[in-house]
Amino acid sequence: MKFIHKYGSPKRFYALAGRLVPWFAGITAILLVSGLYLGLYWAPPDYQQGDAYRIMFIHVPNAWMSMMAYTVMAVYAAIGYIWNIRLADILAKVTAPLGASFTLTALVTGSIWGEPMWGTWWVWDARLTSELILFFLYIGYMALQASIDDDRRAAHASAILAIVGVVNIPIIHYSVYWWHTLHQSASISLTSQPKIYATMLIPLVVMSLAFTFFYFTMLCVRARTEILWRERHTDWVRKLLEAKS
Amino acid sequence: MTWSQFLAMGGFGAYVWSAYGFAAIMVAINIAQPLMQKRKVWTRLRRNLDRAGEDE
Repeated sequence: MKFIHKYGSPKRFYALAGRLVPWFAGITAILLVSGLYLGLYWAPPDYQQGDAYRIMFIHVPNAWMSMMAYTVMAVYAAIGYIWNIRLADILAKVTAPLGASFTLTALVTGSIWGEPMWGTWWVWDARLTSELILFFLYIGYMALQASIDDDRRAAHASAILAIVGVVNIPIIHYSVYWWHTLHQSASISLTSQPKIYATMLIPLVVMSLAFTFFYFTMLCVRARTEILWRERHTDWVRKLLEAKS
Repeated sequence: MTWSQFLAMGGFGAYVWSAYGFAAIMVAINIAQPLMQKRKVWTRLRRNLDRAGEDE
């Protein structure tokens, strides 16, 4: 708790995030360039799917990030709701558009991958449907935030939606085991040996880290803007503005 | 491997590149939108500062 209160002040986070942005952006760029090289060129074609499987290197990281972002958004929202920590409200709010875009990218790239492999752009498969619901949850969260002017009340109302919506995360994860429909099950898990070759695993891990750091980078940028706006009446923002104009 | 072989992606070029293209557009939007937002907020706050004492 002490830690949260120390770094949980928007003013401190503003300064900290400002120092981190160039580092995060640099790491993202390096990972992204190497991930694209490894995924599109270095990795050999798949024996069944040919080169079409390369869509995996953007599809899977975005799908992972869509769930990860939702989970952390709900955690931030819960922290903000329970302990009244303004920074947590801000982090939850700015995570939503990022998570929504990861979800949309996962859905669209999955659809483009599905057409040559499954022969269809879309089916109402359990995995696809639950991921689509995730997208609607993000949209609903953002719409709710936007519809309430008062920051605290907006955070409270949308936190409840975010927390209730977490139920969808395990559904997405286990959908491929509970309902054996079209989407394949996981090839990689934390508890067992990966079921894919290292030549596919390495680009996948690099691309996943790239999107993770991309999230960190844009989270910092978005949170700083939100902090500046919400704290516009405070002395430190006024001093900052005077110093920079 | 030649350049055109690389672009062909073993016959799946249209799928692979449209998927990567879509992801690239999403990344670009995710960079541009927050930076535009940041500029907008700074402009507004500076304007407020000029009208010292006045709010919004």
